[in-house]
Amino acid sequence: MGRSIKISKGLDIPLQGSARKEVSPLDASVYGVNPTDFTGVFPKLLVKEGDKVKAGTALFYDKYNERIRFTAPVSGTIRAIVRGRKRVIEEIIIDADDRREYEDFPHGDPPGLSRDKIVETLLASGLWPSLLRRPFEVIARPEDKPKSIFISAFDSHPLAPDLDLAMEGREKEFQTGINALSKLTSGTIHLNLRAGKPHAKAFENAKNVQINTFKGPHPAGNPGVQINKLDPVNKDQVVWHVNAQHVADMGRLFQTGHYQPEKIVALTGSEIKDPRYLKITAGACMEPMLKDNLKNDNVRIISGNPLTGSTAHAKGFVGFYHHQLTVIPQGDHYEFMGWAAPGLNKYSTSRTFFSWLFPGRRYRLDTNYNGGPRALVMTGQYERVFPMDIYPMQLLKAVIIEDIEEMEKLGIYEVGPEDFALCEFVDTSKTEIQHIIRTGLEVTRKELM
Amino acid sequence: MKALRNYVDKIKPHFEKGGRFEKLHSTFDAFETFLFVPNKVTRRGSHIRDAIDMKRTMSVVVLAMIPALLFGVWNVGYQHYNALGEIPHFWDIVAYGLMKVLPIIVVSYVTGLAIEFAFAQVRGHEVNEGFLVSGMLIPLVLPPDIPLWMVAAATAFAVILGKEVFGGTGMNILNPALTARAFLFFAYPAHFSGDQVWIAGKADTYSGATPLANAASGEMEAIPDFWDMFFGFIPGSIGETSTLAIMLGAAVLLATGVGSARIMFTALLGGYLMGLLFNLWGANEYMMIPAHQHLVMGGFAFGVVYMATDPVTATQTNKGKIIYGFLIGLLAMLIRVFNPAYPEGIMLAILFMNVMAPLIDYYVVRANVKYRLKRAQAQTT
Repeated sequence: MGRSIKISKGLDIPLQGSARKEVSPLDASVYGVNPTDFTGVFPKLLVKEGDKVKAGTALFYDKYNERIRFTAPVSGTIRAIVRGRKRVIEEIIIDADDRREYEDFPHGDPPGLSRDKIVETLLASGLWPSLLRRPFEVIARPEDKPKSIFISAFDSHPLAPDLDLAMEGREKEFQTGINALSKLTSGTIHLNLRAGKPHAKAFENAKNVQINTFKGPHPAGNPGVQINKLDPVNKDQVVWHVNAQHVADMGRLFQTGHYQPEKIVALTGSEIKDPRYLKITAGACMEPMLKDNLKNDNVRIISGNPLTGSTAHAKGFVGFYHHQLTVIPQGDHYEFMGWAAPGLNKYSTSRTFFSWLFPGRRYRLDTNYNGGPRALVMTGQYERVFPMDIYPMQLLKAVIIEDIEEMEKLGIYEVGPEDFALCEFVDTSKTEIQHIIRTGLEVTRKELM
Repeated sequence: MKALRNYVDKIKPHFEKGGRFEKLHSTFDAFETFLFVPNKVTRRGSHIRDAIDMKRTMSVVVLAMIPALLFGVWNVGYQHYNALGEIPHFWDIVAYGLMKVLPIIVVSYVTGLAIEFAFAQVRGHEVNEGFLVSGMLIPLVLPPDIPLWMVAAATAFAVILGKEVFGGTGMNILNPALTARAFLFFAYPAHFSGDQVWIAGKADTYSGATPLANAASGEMEAIPDFWDMFFGFIPGSIGETSTLAIMLGAAVLLATGVGSARIMFTALLGGYLMGLLFNLWGANEYMMIPAHQHLVMGGFAFGVVYMATDPVTATQTNKGKIIYGFLIGLLAMLIRVFNPAYPEGIMLAILFMNVMAPLIDYYVVRANVKYRLKRAQAQTT
């Protein structure tokens, strides 16, 4: 039986620029893959500029786990391989063909396939990286035996898309995807819905899963929180989680044998003229989405949501794990005595700015830090937005001093950086908490994996 | 503002590395960020940030102390003229109060900030705003007639040995303002006890005893009326006398969420329950003082609202805060009633609990660790 969980700690940041619920298809002519989307992966290229690829052709693999392949989302020609500092590969750019060609992968109805076959197909097609594991919040390992798999059917981040819209017409694919996943775990597949609203048929009628409901503010939609509430990760245990749209892609893969990653992306943020939903093929270039759609030039373009997304540029590509594009104003301006102003138009969870007198207002937040970095002075702030049974400040301090044993005791296995995004947002000391937590996860992972 | 900004931008290079005034970088930075919220944008992690910063937080605390300060200024003047047996015009009272209190504030801030700026520069940090609060707290917990050199000595002691040796703001174990007061209390006891120090420039014949001193010496009939003590028309440290003014400050701290409600209310509860317990026991006259009266006497309210809630030296966990606050209230009363050598218990109670706070947190956090281990065992078996 599914469970209903209510979360009281958390925060829904009231931002301007949510997408109107209308999906329009968008065909891009340029696509790209950012190897930097994949934490802990050391990319080894399999293609070079000028090569012809099909959708599903491997572009690179992970040096530390050669079975995990990363593939082209569309067929076309490799236009460029862009490297950044220290020759890190940042983008692999593909000029798309007019006609899509696909690599053929062995397929079939998942119940009739063995676990190994399913794993092989997912690895070869490039869909494997969509499976993430706790502990460590990195790509799952094929040899892991997860005790359960979590699918969050809603995203609670600020301005996040309504994933119900993504499931229209994909009911069968979604169910096939679940059937494939159920071969990968001996435990339960949890499908978590937001309580108190009607859902897409794909979610409501899903079989082979335990359907749970979550109520409350962000981070109720974070898989980390859902895992913590339903089936917490203990030492030596592994739980996987995967995005609902990727599950549908898996279903399509097993139905057709093609890697044809389709997703809806919400175009959001206060600086977007027409915030709406787009249906794209994964890895699409943002240029056509943003063209003539920005209110001004001095903006931050984010692939993903404003709390956890990554900074992108106007000709960048939608990230592998992202289903949202956010454009907010850049905050590179000085403000005279800003800390002393009454602050009627400033958003704060503390009530030190008078804006708290106007609930229900939506804000146009920019990228300014709103202060300088300080020692950790205030206490009790993180706890108000952190719904897990973990002490966030104490865990953070254990990470800062790199005390692995203490991190383990305080629950490092259960968290991912995104679970700390709200702590980072509310922090008076302007500490880079997500970065610190990621460092702690990597230190522990290297020690243990 | 544009002109000011341009000027700041123009002189800025001199304070950067390699500039002429490189050694004053932290000082420049402190003034620059005081004038302008910096233009720094997020680089990684969350792209958006809450509007709150340390300056805002600390200025709210300073704001919360203003009622106690203003009343203190008036009361210093009032007690002085009252002791002389003449009550002049309101503004004369305030003028006398200002003459006594302002120098103390100036000395406290100048000494403390000079040390803070120097340490920030040596460490290559930005100047922390914590001392804006400590620098105001120190004068408020001192007697009005204190020699200024003592203020400077105590402030320097508190900032250097109470705070900087531990690593600066956020790392200290003891509340800096209370460290300053404790330093003076033990180093110069003559200036901190008896009935000679609590009224500035009083006539020799007039008794200047605080209500706590009255109680400790068994002069129960000399203890002023509850409402006099509540409003604060009594001798005492500059900022501690008016419970009403302190309640205004508490309201600001609680409304903005800057002060911990958990600590304030549990400390109040702890003090009140201990007072009730004394009433039931009733072994001597001091124990018979009504519990509610205890709450308006001496520095109890001031300590609970402004000192116990200092987030750096208090417990950090929410459960810990409840234990911490409660014990502060309880111990303050216990010391006050049982130990005649220390008529004011709240200072020692808070300092003692400052030291105990990490221990409380330790056990609260260990309980969480144990729970996680248990959960793991339950799942594997």
